[in-house]
Amino acid sequence: MKLYEYTAANLSKLLRKKEVSSVEVVQSFLDRIELVEPYVKSFITHTPAMALDMASSVDRKRSKGEKLHPLAGVPIAVKDNISTQGLRTTCASRILENYIPPYDATVVKTIKQLGMPLLGKTNMDEFAMGSSTENSAFYPTCNPWNFERVPGGSSGGSAAAVSTGMAPLALGSDTGGSIRQPASHCGLTGLRPTYGRVSRYGLIAFASSLDQIGPLSLTARDSAMLMNVISGYDTLDSTALPEAVPDYTACLEEGVNKLKIGVIKQNVSEGFDPEITAAVMKAVALLKDDGAEVDEVSLPLTDYGLGAYYLIAPSEASSNLGRYDGVRYGFNAGGNNIEAMFSATRGRAFGPEVKRRIMIGTYALSAGYYDAYYLQAMKVRTLIRRDYEKAFKRFDVLVGATTPTPAFKIGEKTDDPLQMYLSDICNITDSLAGVPSLSVPCGINSVGLPMGMQLTAPPFSEGLLLKVAAFLEQKRTYFPLRPRVKLPQGGDF
Amino acid sequence: MAVDFKKEVEYVARLARLTLNPEEKERMAGQLSDILDTARRIQELDTESVEPTSHVIDLPALLREDLTTPSLTLNRVLQNAPQRQKDFFRVPSIAGRIPEEVEG
Repeated sequence: MKLYEYTAANLSKLLRKKEVSSVEVVQSFLDRIELVEPYVKSFITHTPAMALDMASSVDRKRSKGEKLHPLAGVPIAVKDNISTQGLRTTCASRILENYIPPYDATVVKTIKQLGMPLLGKTNMDEFAMGSSTENSAFYPTCNPWNFERVPGGSSGGSAAAVSTGMAPLALGSDTGGSIRQPASHCGLTGLRPTYGRVSRYGLIAFASSLDQIGPLSLTARDSAMLMNVISGYDTLDSTALPEAVPDYTACLEEGVNKLKIGVIKQNVSEGFDPEITAAVMKAVALLKDDGAEVDEVSLPLTDYGLGAYYLIAPSEASSNLGRYDGVRYGFNAGGNNIEAMFSATRGRAFGPEVKRRIMIGTYALSAGYYDAYYLQAMKVRTLIRRDYEKAFKRFDVLVGATTPTPAFKIGEKTDDPLQMYLSDICNITDSLAGVPSLSVPCGINSVGLPMGMQLTAPPFSEGLLLKVAAFLEQKRTYFPLRPRVKLPQGGDF
Repeated sequence: MAVDFKKEVEYVARLARLTLNPEEKERMAGQLSDILDTARRIQELDTESVEPTSHVIDLPALLREDLTTPSLTLNRVLQNAPQRQKDFFRVPSIAGRIPEEVEG
């Protein structure tokens, strides 16, 4: 087994036992990137020298007997909307193509401090707006299970990188499904934490009341290890919550006996791909076999979630993206008066989806429409939260499909924004409710594409979600899921 | 409440300070009307006595000591400026006069 095939937890063990050095580990991933990246295109910026520097510094400290964090020396990839000081952070947008952040995001500061080498910044939909990574201003990322298909989005670069062994772990961000949906399409575990659990400081804002940073990994344990370090209060993010951070790895092996599981009727819908619904129900049967109590639950407001989300997220985006005016940073189109400069800068450097969201948001917030759109959507959000509160009186965990279909074809939905939005239909209401939500693989379909099951729990119950995911992993024979990367010209690696 | 979005696109694009070419305007009108038709469904719900969500997790606001801490240096703040003049971001004239050199 090559080093790049190991999970983060196993790399951590090898490093601590001094069976391998961090430089060897990082080199193995860099070699893998050289081989696979030309086909998959997971990264926007590669940072091999930075990664090797960090690795040798960790190796030096280890040889001196310094006490190191378990993740020290384990490399990571970071989505390109998370600020890295001195290192280009583009949000996959032309408007930030040459932007060099003057500070680190809090999560980046954390991973640097504990010695995790950064392999690079990953591709995404521009400003995290999208479900396929096709909205990147640079190039789309391919799904490693089938190059003709999308990896999901918007954290598609992070997902494809972990899935192909170009990184053992990655950070993504999830506004309305952007961690869970690509995790599902690439056969990974992806966790959207409780809103406020992880600091958003330095995460370039899309929709501030919805954005959250979270892990994408091969196993629940790997996500738990990363959650242990990125969670917690941050004085630099006034929406970060002071709740104590548990050891998320502590309860992974507790099993699911007596857990009350609610199968969300709307998320195993008849309209979904039947193979996905069957795979979810098979996983539910495994939980039942081990003593979980299973019943059906309805979240009747799910149907309104999409509408509320596509008013709230674009409204907040239109406000957040007001800062891109060509004055303080980013592209500047020039012009001889200030309004012409603003409008030309934005018109030339934003892509079609970003423009669409800015237009929806500006419209929904404009005079005369605010009450009927944004305010109504925020009230519906309150109703959706009540739906969940009610469900969590009866159940510990809610489950359903992560996506209605497996990964779709590149280009299939690019001309139909509404169809693209519908691919996140199962993910959106969890985001609106602010509750933690995780996608765990639940099988491979008949044409070789991974399928995912979404688990949802009350605020701050990330540990519970990881425990159920870990249980499902143990029940599988095909774990961790790895695609055999097939080259377009034949052959594979 | 059907809206003819063609009339709105021009106005909203101006509000958003976004130059759109004629083709973009045409496409945008159709797409926005479809998206808003779907979004508008939330107006069916009775929200008469419902408070809008502010923070999704009900916790009291956190206060911290009102202390000043060091900020980024001017050079780092200005490092990404497309057009810089001394310690200022340079922009086109707003008041109609373009000064050669900002004083001070």
